[in-house]
Amino acid sequence: MTEAAHSASAYMKIFWILLVLTVIEVAIVYMGLPKILLAGLLIIFAVWKAALVAMHFMHLKLEKKTLAVIALAPFVLCVFFILMLMPDIFPR
Amino acid sequence: MSEAAAAHAGVEPAETPLTPESWGKLGMWLFLAGDAMSFGCLIVGYGILRHASSKWPVPSEVLGINLTAFMTFLLIVSSVWMVLALSAIQENNKSRFNKFLGLTILGGALFLGCQAYEWTHLLNHKLPELGISFSNSLFASTFFVLTGFHGMHVTGGVIYNSCVLAAVNRGRYQAKHVEIAGLYWHFVDLVWILIFTFVYLL
Repeated sequence: MTEAAHSASAYMKIFWILLVLTVIEVAIVYMGLPKILLAGLLIIFAVWKAALVAMHFMHLKLEKKTLAVIALAPFVLCVFFILMLMPDIFPR
Repeated sequence: MSEAAAAHAGVEPAETPLTPESWGKLGMWLFLAGDAMSFGCLIVGYGILRHASSKWPVPSEVLGINLTAFMTFLLIVSSVWMVLALSAIQENNKSRFNKFLGLTILGGALFLGCQAYEWTHLLNHKLPELGISFSNSLFASTFFVLTGFHGMHVTGGVIYNSCVLAAVNRGRYQAKHVEIAGLYWHFVDLVWILIFTFVYLL
């Protein structure tokens, strides 16, 4: 593994990004944005933070791609789950 | 070969082709994938119930977002400490490992303390004021099931990490065991990031 992967400063950099994203997330809740925009932004930030934790703290970035398939499967399945439930969520 | 595999190729035989460092690592990833489905189903179910409801309370008005933001920070920083603990033991720095895993455990315990305070405040004050209880409100029951299920995972993680700390110091566990525990702990952090977004902020 490269030095960067193991150095404390690389992990600290990710920490600061996570912290800033969290602060922004909390701030935008109080900004009175339209619901759809708020939801979209919060989902983007949440996925971004989750990806950072998975890639850098869980070292998914350094693993074989197949492991990433295993890790990503639940998220894909949950999106599929929501899609399959659409007729119940938005009935005609 | 992945970089991870290349680093280990000359040192020990690969335990599995996918995760050369240990069988346990593959096992933990597979367990986490399944656990993610459990949380995923709870979160999707929560979303559907909320969407179908006409009178769902606004979370930022009922729940203490500021305390929860601090709890989010706690889990994130404990994840950093965990990965630093892993680095330390990989470099055979015992005292640094003890310090960082110790901090990780403390961070997790503090998170649980904050959650206990949050729950007590909600159950004894905030929710009764609004006439909400888990027998008459899906908002309450989904909230407590979701945060409680996650809180149980944090509790398990604190116990797990404590056992790993003890076992390493008794010479029974090595870096690869810490790596596996780290995966579990980061997963707990990751799920909280999602719960914080969907239950508290949205």
